[in-house]
Amino acid sequence: MNITSSASTSSGVGNRGPSVTGSGASSPGADRRRNYARRYWIFIAPAALVVLAVILFPWVFTVFMSVHDWKVTGATPFIGLGNYTRMFSDERFLWAVVRTLWFTAASVIAPVVLGVWAAVCFASTFKFRGVLRTLFVLPMMATPVAISLVWTMMFHPQLGVLNYLLSLVGLPPSSWVYASSTVIPTLVLVETWQWTPLVMLIVLGGIASLPSDPYEAAILDGASTWQMFWHITLPLAWPFIVVASVIRMIDALKAFDTIYVITLGGPGTASETLNILLYQTAFAYYELGYGSAMVVIFFVIIMLISLLLLHVRQRQAWQ
Amino acid sequence: MAMKSGTPMRYRIRNIAGRVGLYFSVIMLVSPAILFFLWTLSLAFKNELDNTAYPPVFIPNPPTLDNFVDVFAKNDFLTYTINSVIVSFSATGLALLLGVPAGYGIAKAKATKAAMLILIARITPGLSYLIPLFLLFQWFGLLGTLTPLVITHLVITVPIVVWVMIGFFEGLPPELEEAALVDGATIWQAFRHVAMPLARPGITVAMILAFIFSWNNFIFGVVLAGRSTRTLPVAVYNVLTFEQISWGPLAAAALVVTAPVLLLTLLMQKEIVAGLTAGGVKGG
Repeated sequence: MNITSSASTSSGVGNRGPSVTGSGASSPGADRRRNYARRYWIFIAPAALVVLAVILFPWVFTVFMSVHDWKVTGATPFIGLGNYTRMFSDERFLWAVVRTLWFTAASVIAPVVLGVWAAVCFASTFKFRGVLRTLFVLPMMATPVAISLVWTMMFHPQLGVLNYLLSLVGLPPSSWVYASSTVIPTLVLVETWQWTPLVMLIVLGGIASLPSDPYEAAILDGASTWQMFWHITLPLAWPFIVVASVIRMIDALKAFDTIYVITLGGPGTASETLNILLYQTAFAYYELGYGSAMVVIFFVIIMLISLLLLHVRQRQAWQ
Repeated sequence: MAMKSGTPMRYRIRNIAGRVGLYFSVIMLVSPAILFFLWTLSLAFKNELDNTAYPPVFIPNPPTLDNFVDVFAKNDFLTYTINSVIVSFSATGLALLLGVPAGYGIAKAKATKAAMLILIARITPGLSYLIPLFLLFQWFGLLGTLTPLVITHLVITVPIVVWVMIGFFEGLPPELEEAALVDGATIWQAFRHVAMPLARPGITVAMILAFIFSWNNFIFGVVLAGRSTRTLPVAVYNVLTFEQISWGPLAAAALVVTAPVLLLTLLMQKEIVAGLTAGGVKGG
């Protein structure tokens, strides 16, 4: 109980921590606190050292490697922007970018729509709500490798249970991950199944923190459930939906486990996203320099899209 | 939730149709998750004949434990389990040791930049740490031991712990610690004896989430683990998909790997939901 309330009073993801909004609303007594503030570095120092070692060092070193022709063994000559220019004429890379963007767009839209729907449902009270919510959350907690293996068995064209279910309702069998035309939608299906719960939780947290008076007024005015959703819940919960979308987008861009286990980028390269290509380049072909250049570009893409969406969110908040 | 408590009776009656729609929606949304895990159970407890039957057999009859026996007999699953336990426990323990004070420090000092760094760590793809760290571990001759795994899992666990703890420490009323400081306590004592006991629920949340996402991690192990240092997810993928293709043992192994996490989620659902709602965290 204690936990739930304290989590919701700090009002969710976006404005959690000073980090995102950067607005340090100064309260009385803030001056006195600021005097102590400088002394708290000692609490941060050990973690900062570890972060420097395992997070910051790899970044710097990645940029360094990306301007070298770096294989696992042998000399590592400096080649300037060679890896970068190579990338932009590398069709396999460019297709991976296109594929990643298309996979990401679908893997944001479907979970966000379903997640908002689920959040609205779980914001109401009904029997077995707690149990059902826990069951609903299980896909995102389960080990991705484990669920990917079970999905793979379910996608089997002849013996898989999914084609049997399709045949029950009179639909033709699908080739799921075994044809290049259906592989990405199928992977989006897995991604949606797995990550809709996270969207639901974030948006549910938002809905739970909304004031109740607009609803009371709407009920008195005889508004329908749909009208209340459309005119009250959706606008008020919008910042949370945007935050959920940003998080979903970042996770979809870097989706790896499910794609790697289910298709390994196949058939052919039909589901080879940036992250999979990156893995292949660095750890199958051992082109560490070229792989590092891809990491840099990949990171830039992720940062740009995140900033864009957060910017949209901030403009929304002002209105 | 709050809006329902103040709802007039009239509204409720008018919305019986709405209730039906609600139950229908909930069933539609929850059933993919339920059916998936029931099917996993079904695969794991059926004999091989039933697993490859078409049309599929849904209820294991009679249920058999052969698949589980098979998994443990044919593979060194015990070693992999021990590896997973060592890696996840060490990475979670170290992350708590480092991350709880850091979360406190960041919350108190309003260290926006440090918080931003944590956020960026959350955004960065796990794979991108691996190229430099792979080389680093190679130079130090650490590949093939569990150390690289513990270290890289810190990339997942430390940001989770710090992020969750910032939120919890910010939610605590500052007056209690200030009173302690005025009474002459050092900031360490204020943290250790005032703030930390109050934030215990937060520490539990951070611990559970860090453990789960470390346990589930696949990408670091797939690159850094040697034959004898595989963690469970890597072992399930490497060993089973290539050396045996029968579905029963595969489903049984998948179940063994994910069972601790599923049980933890079911038992600690309130904490997990609170932590995820607040942080939107996910590893790797």
